[in-house]
Amino acid sequence: MTLAATASRPTLASVLASGSVLPVAIIVLTTILIWYAAAVPMNKVLTQPLIDAAGGGFYDTLSVSWSLPRPVLPAPHQVLAELWNTVFTVEPWRPRSLLYHCWVTLSSTLLGFVLGTLLGIGLAIAIVHVKALNRSLMPWIIASQTIPILAIAPMIIVVLGSIGLTGLLPKSLISMYLCFFPVTIGMVKGLTSPDPMQLDLMRTYHASTSQVLWKLRWPSAVPFLFTSLKVAIAIALVGAIVAELPTGAQAGIGARLLNGSYYGQTQQIWAALIAAAVMSSGLVWLVGFIERQAARAMGTKS
Amino acid sequence: MAAASVIEARDLSLTFETADGPVYALSKVNLTVHDGDFVSFIGPSGCGKTTLLRVIADLEQATEGVISVNDMRPDEARRKRAYGYVFQAPALYPWRTIERNVALPLEIMGFSAGERTERIQRNLDLVNLTGFEKKFPWQLSGGMQQRVSIARALAVDPKLLLMDEPFGALDEIVRDKLNQQLLELWGRTKKTVVFVTHSIPEAVFLSSRIVVMSPRPGRIIDVIETNFPKDRSLDIRETPEFLKVAHRVREGLREGHSYED
Repeated sequence: MTLAATASRPTLASVLASGSVLPVAIIVLTTILIWYAAAVPMNKVLTQPLIDAAGGGFYDTLSVSWSLPRPVLPAPHQVLAELWNTVFTVEPWRPRSLLYHCWVTLSSTLLGFVLGTLLGIGLAIAIVHVKALNRSLMPWIIASQTIPILAIAPMIIVVLGSIGLTGLLPKSLISMYLCFFPVTIGMVKGLTSPDPMQLDLMRTYHASTSQVLWKLRWPSAVPFLFTSLKVAIAIALVGAIVAELPTGAQAGIGARLLNGSYYGQTQQIWAALIAAAVMSSGLVWLVGFIERQAARAMGTKS
Repeated sequence: MAAASVIEARDLSLTFETADGPVYALSKVNLTVHDGDFVSFIGPSGCGKTTLLRVIADLEQATEGVISVNDMRPDEARRKRAYGYVFQAPALYPWRTIERNVALPLEIMGFSAGERTERIQRNLDLVNLTGFEKKFPWQLSGGMQQRVSIARALAVDPKLLLMDEPFGALDEIVRDKLNQQLLELWGRTKKTVVFVTHSIPEAVFLSSRIVVMSPRPGRIIDVIETNFPKDRSLDIRETPEFLKVAHRVREGLREGHSYED
């Protein structure tokens, strides 16, 4: 009786050994250890006099290196403290709150993502249906992505600002500029993915071009669309942050990064980077979640 | 006396221009298919049997000669949706359930929702697949999937059914069963069927007329009438009459090859 119970109940060791818990924990721990270790030499320029003054022992070295007010590389617990202070101890609508800045960046990310997705799908539909566009438009689409976004972002912001467009929209347009590309490429592939037999079938029904598009090409392209959207939403976030950098934006993750580097607040930079990473993974997860729902509705074998 | 002709081809030729020079897929083909016929095209690969079927369906266009389908040009017939086409593979849409796959041509041709439901039921019943409406294609065997594609072709109630090696990818046991079912279906619905195959027993068992074809250039070398009873069963394949017809088909195929190779 007790034997059976112990056999069926997984022990801590077996959970660690079988699942992904152990590998994940090892990677996280290793990263944190390397981070702590790296903080010592990285901060050496600032800490050397203080360490000497404190006595110069091993313990003094560590405690001084990991508790500088303006370190070159903050220790993980300093970043955590910064995150705690800016997320949980301030109302989220105050500019001192990191959540406020997250929301500013997130809103332009989402708007840019929606615009970019619509543009990307529209271009793909046009390219698939008009042969000439494939030759004439595609080189420009590819060329558009070879220009460093950092180089044209200020121009876009300035030009749009001169016609009175400021705030959310210019930033979103930069996100859009980055994220339409994977959508176009993926959707051109997806919309042309039906095999000749399925297209012939539509021909025997004398189906119109739009019937072929909505009943055959579009459903065939859905898996391609979601793969593209995962890439697109991540780079939409990058676009929104980049758009905040060169323009002296007052709010957003990009503004946080810029402010942090002006005033040597590296904790603030790291906290903003972690916030961006969390948002990015959350958004990619969300797209993946919707993808799984769509796949289930479309009868995909699971 | 003779039934009205559904398909009429006169001196039909089709040449594909390729990088390696012209390929004569069809050469001077003359053919008449009457209303209610079950006609099989048989021949080795490359003899143009599928191409001929595709010309009838307006999926390819002949380069020379005349062909009429229901007294129309093939493109007109296609626009009037005069035929149902069954491909080598079921070509079901994986994201549609069985009933919605059968509904596809009905949706495209603008049938009302009530009419669609009625036709889905009737045609799934015709291929013995009642009860599988809500399944997705991957949940069905290959033979069942091909039956769905037959139901889909029949859903719009065309007078003419064009079938391109529909059972070619199935194993022999399933193929026998489907041959029997197809024959019953033909007897019941009185459709005209044009059937492409490379199996001699299949062609002889199913057809009222067998068109033997030969490659390079693709042409008709023999047309054989069979006179088996309409309610024949698979056992007929053991009879001397059956073997005689099969022998003549085989001879024809061999002859077509004799001045090749």
